[in-house]
Amino acid sequence: MERAAIIGTGMTKIESAKHTETFADMAWEAVNKALDDAGMTIDDVDNVVTTSNDFWDGRTISCMAVGDASGASHKNVSCVEGDGTFGAFYGLSRALSGSYGTTLVTAHSKGSESISSLITNASFDPIYDRWLGMDMISASAMQANAYMERTGTTSEQLAMVSVKNHGNAVKNPLSQLPMSISVEDVLGSEMISDPLHKLDCSPVSDACCAIIIANESRVPAYSGHPVWIKGAAFCSDAYFLGDRDISRAKALTEAAKKAFSMAGITNPSKEIQVAEIYDAFTYQELMWLEEMGLCESGTAGSMLEKGEFDIEGRLPVNPSGGLLGGHPVIAAGLIRIVEIVKQLRKEAGEYQVDAKRGLAHGVNGLCGQSHCVWVLDSEG
Amino acid sequence: MGAGMKNTFDGIEPLVHKSQISVPYHWWAGETASRFFVELRDTTKIMGTRCDGCGKTFVPPRKTCPVCFTENTEWVECGPFGTVTSFTVVRKQQEALHHKVPVIFALVLLDGADTSLLHRLDEVSPEDVKIGMKVEASFNETRDANMTAIAYFKPAS
Repeated sequence: MERAAIIGTGMTKIESAKHTETFADMAWEAVNKALDDAGMTIDDVDNVVTTSNDFWDGRTISCMAVGDASGASHKNVSCVEGDGTFGAFYGLSRALSGSYGTTLVTAHSKGSESISSLITNASFDPIYDRWLGMDMISASAMQANAYMERTGTTSEQLAMVSVKNHGNAVKNPLSQLPMSISVEDVLGSEMISDPLHKLDCSPVSDACCAIIIANESRVPAYSGHPVWIKGAAFCSDAYFLGDRDISRAKALTEAAKKAFSMAGITNPSKEIQVAEIYDAFTYQELMWLEEMGLCESGTAGSMLEKGEFDIEGRLPVNPSGGLLGGHPVIAAGLIRIVEIVKQLRKEAGEYQVDAKRGLAHGVNGLCGQSHCVWVLDSEG
Repeated sequence: MGAGMKNTFDGIEPLVHKSQISVPYHWWAGETASRFFVELRDTTKIMGTRCDGCGKTFVPPRKTCPVCFTENTEWVECGPFGTVTSFTVVRKQQEALHHKVPVIFALVLLDGADTSLLHRLDEVSPEDVKIGMKVEASFNETRDANMTAIAYFKPAS
């Protein structure tokens, strides 16, 4: 692939409820931070991709609410409905198309303004499934049971993901839920939907995130410290949960294979040095790690127990605290990209790891229907 | 807030604009789901569609096979017995639920089908539900032509 880099990033703090800021206010903050970071002005941005969801935003054509604050006025602006990594993929395609040298990508949502259970219930098929009253948590709990049954992964191992990621969040000033907790705290927290306790679930959050992608020819024009995009791929699986083996994530396996192949990676478990994974629920961090080939199937739980995914471990996973530390839907995947950029630029402060190559991962849909995988490198 | 703007808004009371979205909506069920629902209501038969290409039988029925990208032309009766392929017991009363917790949701692979049907389990204690358990459909006595014609699945007799 032709070369492109992320040359600027910006994000708001992740909070449980941003009482003083609208969607546009959040976008304004994230976009200006990204422009400052890249050493650009809005005039240097050739095109804009915003990422949002109409149900979460409580309005149709939700992208239009943030266009002005994203500097999209009088520019080519397009929008993606889904996770921010998918918006970034579209932004990358545009930066590589030859038509645009730079793309600004934003992603936002405010979980605090609606009722998560009702919004995510609406993602079920209205004719066959929605009437049952399931939501993202009950669907994910069903997947957790299927995954645990297949692999023998235990509730204690799930709880350890929560302990690690909330603990990592203590070091991240932008996270929402920094907590020093124990496995007993997680297992003792309220059971929401078997086998997921309250502390197995990510919180409801508000935030906006922005990145600027430039093709190679434009990178030298700005002072932003480039992090190079070596591989990016996404893949989707069947919509209906019953059509899939939900104990597995075939779409993730495919997306990761493609991204690794683009990046020239033959042994991902050795060559990826840091990963930010979409841990909306504890089991997901373990399941996604296995299904993307960063460890053997059924081994993530025991590797976690040995500390391999700690900040000081062999493969640090979610050193920022991940989604368990804060989960603004839509923005969450784009934040994973930003966190890997921080790591590769050595700007991650107290949760800095030693890495030159990292992986960022985003998810869209119930039980990981679609996955987007990015491989980023500190060198071109 | 952007740099330099913060002070301008110090001390401003953060207001909330309260509203709600309530838009009546109807979805045409389509020919395939309509046939399925009419059979549930009139004959309590659970019908799937089979793909000519891969031979997979879909319940609930779909007009097209997502694997082969062809039309499913054959109707096949499935169930009423089946196997739980996964489940969860919801313990916290969430807004989307229509029943009091604990509520058991399950994916049920009906005999004769290749995809699992999403439904609810009842007449079983949450502690006794296992992946792999045999269940059967329990139909409502008075049935509408929709998924509620099956009241729930229960342990197989």
